[in-house]
Amino acid sequence: MIEVKNIHKSFGDNHVLKGISTIFERGKINLIIGKSGSGKTVFLKSIIGLHEIDKGEILYDNRTFSGTKTKFKKTIRKELGMVFQGGALFDSETVERNVMFPLEMFSDMSFEEQRERANFCLKKVNLLNANHLFPSEISGGMQKRVAIARAISLNPKYLFCDEPNSGLDPATSIVIDNLIKDISEEFDMTTIINTHDMNSVVEIGDKITYIHEGQKWWEGSNNDIFSSENKELNDFVFVSKKMKLMMKRK
Amino acid sequence: MKPYFRQIIKEIYKIGISSIGIVIIISVFMGAVITLQTAYNFTSAIIPRYLIGVGARDSMLLEFSSTMVGLILAGKVGSNIASELGTMRVTEQIDALEIMGINSAGYLILPKIIAIVFFNPFLCMISMFVGIGGGYAIALFTESVTPENFILGIRAFFIPFYITYSIIKTILFAFIIASVSAYQGYFVKGGAIEVGKASTRAVVYSSILILLFNLILTNLLLG
Ligand SMILES: Nc1ncnc2c1ncn2[C@@H]1O[C@H](COP(=O)(O)OP(=O)(O)OP(=O)(O)O)[C@@H](O)[C@H]1O
Ligand SMILES: [Mg+2]
Repeated sequence: MIEVKNIHKSFGDNHVLKGISTIFERGKINLIIGKSGSGKTVFLKSIIGLHEIDKGEILYDNRTFSGTKTKFKKTIRKELGMVFQGGALFDSETVERNVMFPLEMFSDMSFEEQRERANFCLKKVNLLNANHLFPSEISGGMQKRVAIARAISLNPKYLFCDEPNSGLDPATSIVIDNLIKDISEEFDMTTIINTHDMNSVVEIGDKITYIHEGQKWWEGSNNDIFSSENKELNDFVFVSKKMKLMMKRK
Repeated sequence: MKPYFRQIIKEIYKIGISSIGIVIIISVFMGAVITLQTAYNFTSAIIPRYLIGVGARDSMLLEFSSTMVGLILAGKVGSNIASELGTMRVTEQIDALEIMGINSAGYLILPKIIAIVFFNPFLCMISMFVGIGGGYAIALFTESVTPENFILGIRAFFIPFYITYSIIKTILFAFIIASVSAYQGYFVKGGAIEVGKASTRAVVYSSILILLFNLILTNLLLG
């Protein structure tokens, strides 16, 4: 469980996060949705400490994370996995080495055990026969899957994904969404995903936080989202006017 | 500890071993040209011809193998370091390291500095050796100086401290190249254009610092 309390973040005069509080529950898929530029990435990066927050508090299973020493942050960071929007794979290393990297850094495993674990993770994301290719030699969707495999290689307690399926075709998107959902449930992780893909929302959104102009505007599950009365949320969800009318008629 | 060690080995290969070729080519040609020019300038009959060998050797030992090679490596290695780290920064690979709980600067920059400071003295010695070899080739294949005179020259008035002096300069220049370029690359903000600018800055700044410290060190060590 991750708890954020009233966090604020500004870049110069640009007040991006204006006091967001929420709780991300364990074993569930927590989605953060919102328009482009609403502050989703900044929010996610603030939670994991890549941005230093100006005000507020972040707790990982009741352990305060914000404002603590780097050394303590490192302890928590070893328990979290992150899938960056662009994948952020190490491009001088092969696919297999990318996934082995955290193990090599932080586990006591032998080289063979590391490889075995890496291959287990690659199998989980349905990526076989790409072990010895470099990131530049595989497709965007494959890169995302490698990034997921790398993020789960150390069995993290917390998994963060920044738009794991942006730029992917709808079918692959859903494959990746379900993959993340299965992994989260299987390993009982606290998973937080940034997305603006409505398919993901419907498919896997256990809990959805809608961010509007740096504030939490709405919160609920995928069952409630279409029946919400919140105007801004409806504008976001029903982008086409036709769709809105169709929903109303229903 | 093992990943760090692996990283150092990788950097030695990438920064050091891969530069041997360019250092050899440039040093052979410069050794040859220096010998030729010295020979053309020593026209007076009073000057013994073997002094050509002395001049060529000392030019290589004192300046060329440290400073010139330093400048060339600032171009090759400096831009490489800055663009590699800059790309890692803008594609969030550095953030990914941080998120794993790794000290990214320690993991990425330190091995580069260790590798270059350790390996560049070898490059410097290789340069001295093949540079003088280039001069000898001139003695063999042209009329400018006889091989006997050249050999006599490179063995005359030899001051071993010149080699130490050159190595000291090389180590400092290596440190300048790695740290300045790593700084430029590591702190890039933005995208591909900024990475390109950072790598240009890396080359320009490290070259200027090399020239400046060359002056200071020469004054300190030989003055
Ligand atoms: N490193 C930064 N420095 C300064 N301003 C930033 C930085 N990162 C983000 N911002 C600003 O914060 C605001 C929110 O950006 P953010 O990247 O969080 O949007 P987002 O919701 O993730 O959008 P998208 O869906 O397009 O990814 C933007 O106005 C952006 O200009
Ligand atoms: Mg974003």
